[in-house]
Amino acid sequence: MISRKVVLHFPRKLVEQPIVFKLVKDYGLNFNILKAYVTPDEEGLMVLELSGEEPAFEKGLHYLKSCGVKIQPLSQDVVRNEERCTDCGVCVPLCPAGALLPDKKSREIVFFEDKCIACGVCVRICPFKAMEVRF
Amino acid sequence: MKTIKEINAKIGRGDAVAVTAEEIIDLVAKKGVRKVAREVDVVTTATFGPMCSSGVYFNIGHSKPRIKLGGGSCTVNDVPVYAAFGAVDVFLGAAAVPDDDPRNKVFPGEFKYGGGHVIQELAAGKDIRLECSAYGTDCYPRRKLETLLNIRDLNEAVLFNMRNCYQNYNVAVNLSGKTVFTYMGMLKPRLGNANYSSAGQLSPLLKDPYYRTIGIGTRIFLGGGIGYIAWNGTQHNPCAERGRNGIPLGGAGTLAVIGDLKQMSPEWLVGTSMAGYGVTLSVGIGVPIPVLDEEVVRRAAVTDAEIYAPVVDYGRDYPQRSSRIIAEVSYAELRSGSIKLRGRTVPTGSLSSYARARKIAVLLKTRIEEGEFFLTEPSAALPGAESGYKVKPLNERLYKKE
Repeated sequence: MISRKVVLHFPRKLVEQPIVFKLVKDYGLNFNILKAYVTPDEEGLMVLELSGEEPAFEKGLHYLKSCGVKIQPLSQDVVRNEERCTDCGVCVPLCPAGALLPDKKSREIVFFEDKCIACGVCVRICPFKAMEVRF
Repeated sequence: MKTIKEINAKIGRGDAVAVTAEEIIDLVAKKGVRKVAREVDVVTTATFGPMCSSGVYFNIGHSKPRIKLGGGSCTVNDVPVYAAFGAVDVFLGAAAVPDDDPRNKVFPGEFKYGGGHVIQELAAGKDIRLECSAYGTDCYPRRKLETLLNIRDLNEAVLFNMRNCYQNYNVAVNLSGKTVFTYMGMLKPRLGNANYSSAGQLSPLLKDPYYRTIGIGTRIFLGGGIGYIAWNGTQHNPCAERGRNGIPLGGAGTLAVIGDLKQMSPEWLVGTSMAGYGVTLSVGIGVPIPVLDEEVVRRAAVTDAEIYAPVVDYGRDYPQRSSRIIAEVSYAELRSGSIKLRGRTVPTGSLSSYARARKIAVLLKTRIEEGEFFLTEPSAALPGAESGYKVKPLNERLYKKE
């Protein structure tokens, strides 16, 4: 069983096709939508947590690529500017994924990229504008 | 018993022993108060957090021909500064925002840039844009001035803060049904989170709760440079209720501080944007406590578990100036990541950075041990717990409109 958070960029021509449905039906993959939107003149964007059995998982991703969907791992999209972060921790209780936690010893705030679901709440509330989401 | 004079002599010889307000806790647990009082000379305390009553005044030098900014208007990087003094003195407040900032028109406002950010840029040595208009006089004929400024060219650039270093502070929660955006951060409805803002066991006034060694004239670490305590801070409230250990159970004493901005660094003066609230400046302060006797050690060795903060509802109570306290929790509980309130586990967040406060305490300790930072005798004491000095709310009185 593999589980990974990915960002899917759908080109304009694919926006109206039931692509995720095929991932379920033909490849038996499980998905959890973390974020989705379609911009009027650009493209569709979806953040998914995908999981499934090893060979089917890879085949599913291959299917996506063959349709023209661009796939990015989520962790590349949420970035912390280390210079701006002051390790205050005001973000800690607001992060729904528990991706921002204080280190018990150093008291610095650690960002666990693999847990992040790119909801963007930290971006909005960080007093030092240290968090950035780049889709 | 030691005197500040003797401690300074040791600092001068390079053999003073300084420990942080955190280190002294373990030290006392291991060796006892008596031994620590003999061995240690200075305890360094510190805090780093948003301090809204910060500002910088500066003198830009006289232009040719001359201009009098006083009574005119003036901005730096589009942020308005207060020009109501002599010809070329202005005051920039941390909370100022550009006139065209949308503020909270689309709620919650972002408050991306304001006075706090300009102060950080000045400290970083960046050029800033000054735009002024004046009414012109015989001796100051000029009416417009637009120029770049750099801190190195200013005659004086002085950080002045009329209230900071709060001795203890509220823990903010939200009992209402909708999210609120406050100076204590975003608070989710129905006890979604609890935000606090104190360095607790590292915080200056919590380690000298009766202002025995910290007073007017005390030399401090301010924003990376040297500063001084200028006065008690505004809203100073030394007679606030105290626990059995003498530590106030809520916001009490405050400090007004001053220092040369030219010595300071953007690492310790950081422009801060509170969503839905406004702009401010996060300031790093370190205050040395001379170990005069065992009493000083005992006070300085207090731990987060012995310091309590009041939990206040910022959904309804705080805006309406209700003084209801929902609960009292210790900083040890707050730092554990969650507190128990009304049978629920509420996750906690901090506005003040403990990691940075610790760095400042260590920096100050190093400066003292290396003979670079000497202590001062206070020139006067702050109004104390027996002074009767109290913070007063505003009593509104109507006046007749002509």
